[in-house]
Amino acid sequence: MDTEKVGDVRIVRLQGRLGEVSAPQFEERMKDFIAQGETRFVVHMGELEYISSAGLRSILSTAKDLKELKGALYLSGITGAVKEVFDISHFSDIFKIYGSVSEALEAIGNNE
Amino acid sequence: MNDTVNPEQLKIPAAIDRLDTVLDYVRTCAGRAGFSPRRITDLVLAVEEAVGNICRYAYPGGDGEIVIFSGNDSEGAFSIEIADGGVPFDLLSVEKPVFEGSLSRRKSGGLGIYLIRHMVDEVRYRREGQCNVLSLVMCDRTKRKGRSPDPRSDSGDKHPRDAHNPSGAGL
Repeated sequence: MDTEKVGDVRIVRLQGRLGEVSAPQFEERMKDFIAQGETRFVVHMGELEYISSAGLRSILSTAKDLKELKGALYLSGITGAVKEVFDISHFSDIFKIYGSVSEALEAIGNNE
Repeated sequence: MNDTVNPEQLKIPAAIDRLDTVLDYVRTCAGRAGFSPRRITDLVLAVEEAVGNICRYAYPGGDGEIVIFSGNDSEGAFSIEIADGGVPFDLLSVEKPVFEGSLSRRKSGGLGIYLIRHMVDEVRYRREGQCNVLSLVMCDRTKRKGRSPDPRSDSGDKHPRDAHNPSGAGL
């Protein structure tokens, strides 16, 4: 998991699998960012092989935390097996999903 | 406890920190059987969900083992069988989760079993002696049963149910 800051937006790039082992680590890291006052995120999944139910739970939990803080969680690069899991679990219906990090950043900027 | 590996069987303690060993084993078996990379991903995801479920719930308050078998049934379908000696649990009895529309109302229970049933062609469960035996069956090497080989055109749900798998497995 790599991260960088663009303005006040934290970009998080996930690699490999977001599953039983990595999802709690991701969620913990996001809680740390939020505890430091960060509330605007783009999570890029273009290099994920798959996301499991544990991964979905970590995304959902983070999104609920951010909603309470009136923050933003935008997702990008969701394709292949990751997209299929988002579609069949209807997570595609409740998240803002963009093709690339730059598109997500532009959308966040437009919603300021 | 050491992991025990042979070409057809893997025995490990029921612990999440052994998950990578299981997934590597499944990846190797499915690759050797000629599955496409996407189908291997489908199977690995299903196995991760099943093994994660066992590690969390099968052995409350105690240690246990998981045995993974791979092989082909009499009709040539490839299967991964996952056996545990824990609390009896037939995941086929679990209902499909309800997908509420909004973020705040969304719950995440039952998603893992739902994903297992979606990702493989057939799911079978049997109680054998003191063991739960889950079979994840993969029929086609390149596409999911009844689906397009291009996952981008896949849609809809399926819930295969089947009764008994005649092949043997146990702890």
